[in-house]
Amino acid sequence: MHELSIAASIVDSVTEAMAAYPRARVKEVRLRVGALASVIEESLKFCWGLATEGTELAGSALVVKTLPVVLHCGACGTEAELDGVQSLRCPRCGELGGDLRQGRELEIESLEIEEAASQRVSELAS
Amino acid sequence: MSTTRIVELRRGILKKNDELAAGLRARYAGAGVLVLNLVSSPGTGKTALLERTLRELLGRGLRAAALVGDLETDNDARRLAGSGAPVRQINTHGICHLDAEMIGKHLDGWAGAEGGVELGDLDYLFIENVGNLVCPSSYDLGEGIRVALLSVTEGEDKPLKYPGLFNSADAAVITKIDLAEACGFERETALKNLNEIRPGMRVLETSAKTGVGMEGWLGFLEGARVQGR
Repeated sequence: MHELSIAASIVDSVTEAMAAYPRARVKEVRLRVGALASVIEESLKFCWGLATEGTELAGSALVVKTLPVVLHCGACGTEAELDGVQSLRCPRCGELGGDLRQGRELEIESLEIEEAASQRVSELAS
Repeated sequence: MSTTRIVELRRGILKKNDELAAGLRARYAGAGVLVLNLVSSPGTGKTALLERTLRELLGRGLRAAALVGDLETDNDARRLAGSGAPVRQINTHGICHLDAEMIGKHLDGWAGAEGGVELGDLDYLFIENVGNLVCPSSYDLGEGIRVALLSVTEGEDKPLKYPGLFNSADAAVITKIDLAEACGFERETALKNLNEIRPGMRVLETSAKTGVGMEGWLGFLEGARVQGR
């Protein structure tokens, strides 16, 4: 199941990023996943629980934003969202051979983190 | 009271693999070797095509080698070694795809080994991926050409069922064409579907068993090598 190794990759990346926020806890990890990225949301969420067990990310939620395929047509210049992933024809003129502007993404967009009160107080004091 | 904030990351999840793959790509370019990543379902005929291809290339005085990925066994490597080309097996022990780290490690190990291979000595390196039409799609191996294979026994709608993988490929090979009639394979439909998912994709058709289409495939390989990609 490669969703597990993808989940493990996310854990590594997030842990690395969280080094900058030593007293904070991750509540949510927000992903952008393109429709052509070959990643299944449910599998990924299932594996998230496994991958975060025993780590500082245990209990955090994974939120997935699925991005549709966006095609820029070379023939008529239209840039449009496609309904599915079965055909890469321009929805306006029907031509093939357009540019894929969106649809293969697999990235961590942002984190929702919670910082402890004691950290704020020490920030105010300094 | 605690405060909540949003930290923007915009970081690719497969960033590590992408970075290693970029390193491999530069390494292949420096060595002047054309690397192909062969992907397909299990049983499509990657090994059979590769076996015949390696024999033909060596017979023409070209230098080729293969890295073959499987969960378990070295059966494919043994089979391919019969061609006379250097072949190395990668066993993933359960991982469903090859990744750039595995390729890098095996190439490093191979360079020093007895009967091993230096990339600079090769015209072609073929990487036979684990039989899987889903996971290999996301893992760049630094290859110059990604070839997706589908056999006439798998149905004309295969590209529509696995759009991610076929869209990520540079070329496709329809294999086992000697069985096309027996399977009622609809060739025009298959070609149309490939073109819908990956417009303009180059498609070859072969039978490793009878040899039909092999000249076309070898011509494609030669053209790609000469073009330097």
